[in-house]
Amino acid sequence: MHFKSMVVSNIEVSPGYCLIRLTAPRQILDARPGQFVMVRVQDGIDPLLRRPFGIFDVGTFSPEYPESPRQHYLEILYKIVGKGTSILSMLHSRDYVDVLGPLGNGFDEGEPETEKLLVGGGFGLAPLHFFARKHAGTAGIKAFIGGKRKEDVLCVTEFERLGIDTYVATDDGTLGSRGLVTSVLEEQLETGFGSRTVYACGPEPMLRAVAGLCKRHGIGCQVSLEANMACGVGACLGCVTKGRSHSESAPDYRCVCKDGPVFDAAELLWD
Amino acid sequence: MKKKPDMSVQFAGIQLRNPVMTASGTFGYGKEFAGYMDLEKIGAIVTKGLSLKPKAGNPMPRIVETPGGMLNAIGLQNVGIDAFISEKIPFLRTVNTPVIVNFFGNTLEEYEEVAGKLDALPEVAAVEVNISCPNVKHGGIVFGTDPKAAFSVVKAVRSATIKPVIVKLSPNVTDIVEMAAACADADADALSLINTLTGMAVDLKNRKPYLANCTGGLSGPAIKPIALRMVWQVSRAVQLPIIGIGGITNAIDALEFLLAGATAVQVGTANFMTPDASQRIVEDIEKYLRENGIEDIKELIGALRA
Repeated sequence: MHFKSMVVSNIEVSPGYCLIRLTAPRQILDARPGQFVMVRVQDGIDPLLRRPFGIFDVGTFSPEYPESPRQHYLEILYKIVGKGTSILSMLHSRDYVDVLGPLGNGFDEGEPETEKLLVGGGFGLAPLHFFARKHAGTAGIKAFIGGKRKEDVLCVTEFERLGIDTYVATDDGTLGSRGLVTSVLEEQLETGFGSRTVYACGPEPMLRAVAGLCKRHGIGCQVSLEANMACGVGACLGCVTKGRSHSESAPDYRCVCKDGPVFDAAELLWD
Repeated sequence: MKKKPDMSVQFAGIQLRNPVMTASGTFGYGKEFAGYMDLEKIGAIVTKGLSLKPKAGNPMPRIVETPGGMLNAIGLQNVGIDAFISEKIPFLRTVNTPVIVNFFGNTLEEYEEVAGKLDALPEVAAVEVNISCPNVKHGGIVFGTDPKAAFSVVKAVRSATIKPVIVKLSPNVTDIVEMAAACADADADALSLINTLTGMAVDLKNRKPYLANCTGGLSGPAIKPIALRMVWQVSRAVQLPIIGIGGITNAIDALEFLLAGATAVQVGTANFMTPDASQRIVEDIEKYLRENGIEDIKELIGALRA
C-alpha cells in the first residue's frame, strides 16, 4: 500500500525515543509483526529518501467526536538519530506524512504451544511489541530487553501490561541486571525445556550474540534486521546482507527489504 | 483544452506513448513496482543493468544519502542475462509497455555476447549500453571515458544486434560532446545521459568513507543542473536523439530536459522517493500541456530559446 497518513499523536516515550500514531487504511490490520513501513517525513528533497520503521502496533480507535467514524492506525517507535527522524519528531497531530507498506516478510509466528522468547534492544522492540500484543495470552511468551542505560530500555510497561514475564538488563546496571541481555537469555535457555523459538530485533552485535547462543542451544531463532534503504521494495539493492554461503568468490547477498527483514538466523552469515 | 494532447514520441524506430521511462538500476526488473503504479502508463521500462554472468555486487554499506541526492556503490549486482531471460522476461511480456534492456560488460567480447542474446528476444524494444565500466583486458580504463574505447564498444554492440542501440554516457569526462560524437560515429541510434557522477561521503565520527567502496555514483536532484547542461551541449553538437537523465523528480524537471534537447527522459532516484513517481510525472506533463494549450509534446523538444 501507498497512502497519505495523518499524525494522530507523536510523543516522546523516553529521552530521544518517540512513539507516533498515524492513520492508515483498513488493510493495515493485516500487517504482520516484523513487517515495516517506509515513511516520507516531508515533501521536498532534503531528506530525499524515505525512512524504514518496524511496525510497533496497528489497531482501530474512536476519534474525538462521537459521530465520526472509527479510524485505523499504525504506530511506529523510533529513535531520533538524524535529519529524517528529527523532522518526524517535530510533527504534530494533523500533520501529514506519506507511507509505503507494510513491506517485507514478518516473523513466522509458529505454533501456539511453542514458548516464544522475545529479545530486543532500543527501537528494535517495535516489531517484538507488535508480536507480543498479537500473541499475549495465547502462548508462553517471555521478553528480554536490553539497553546501554535505563533510558534505552523501552516498552517494559507495555510488555508487563500484556502479562508477559519481562527481563531487563542494562550495561550500567541502572535498570534490571547489570550486563548484557544475552546473559539473561542464556540463563533462561539453560534452565528451560520444551519447544521454543527466539525472536530477536535490535543492534547487530546483540543479534549476532543471540544467533550464536541459539545455535549452541539448538533453538530456532528469527532475527529482524535493520538497514539503510532507498526503495524498500527490492529494486535498489542498497540494503543487502550476507547469506550463510557467502564468500569472496561466491557471494550470497540477501535483500533486507524484500527477502527480510526477518530471517532465520541460521540462513545468515554472522562474521 | 478538450482534446487530449499528443504525448507520443518516436526515436530510433521506437514508438513510445509518452517520453517518460524509468532509469536503469532504479526500477529493478519492473515487477518490483507493479503493486504501486500502472506500468502501462509510462513510455518504457528500462531494466537493471545485466551482465553475461550474474554479478554479486559490492560489500555493504552501498548507499548513503547526501543533500538533494544519494551515492550508490551497488557494484552492478544483477541476475545475469540467462536468468533475466528465464525469470524476468515472462513478467515483462505481460506488460504492454516497451522494455529497454540496459547491459554492460568487462570486455568487448562480453558486450557483444550479451547484445547478441538480447537481439534474439522479441520482448526487447531496444538495448541501452552502459559504457561506464572498466575494460579489464586493457588496464581497466573505463570504456566511457575514452573516445576510442567508446567507439569500439559501440561498434561491437552494433555488429551484434539489429535492435536500436542507445548508449548511456558517463558524465565523468572532460568533454562529453567528444564521447557523444564517438558513439555517433560508431552508429549508435540514440544517447542517454547522464549516468551518475562519481562522488564520496565521509563519516567524520568514524573517520571512514560512508561507502564500503569509498566512492559511489551521485544521483538525484543535486545533479540536475549538470545533466541539463550536458544534454543541451550534446544536442547542439550531435545529430542523435537524446534521452535526458539526472535528478528528474517532477513534470517540470522532465519538460526542462525536453526543452534542452531531449526527446525522452528517464526517471531514476525519484522512484525511490515515491514508487509511482514516473506515472505521476506522465500525468502532470499531460496536465501542463492541457493548461498551456500545447497539442503535441514534440513542440517542446529542443525549443529552448537560447
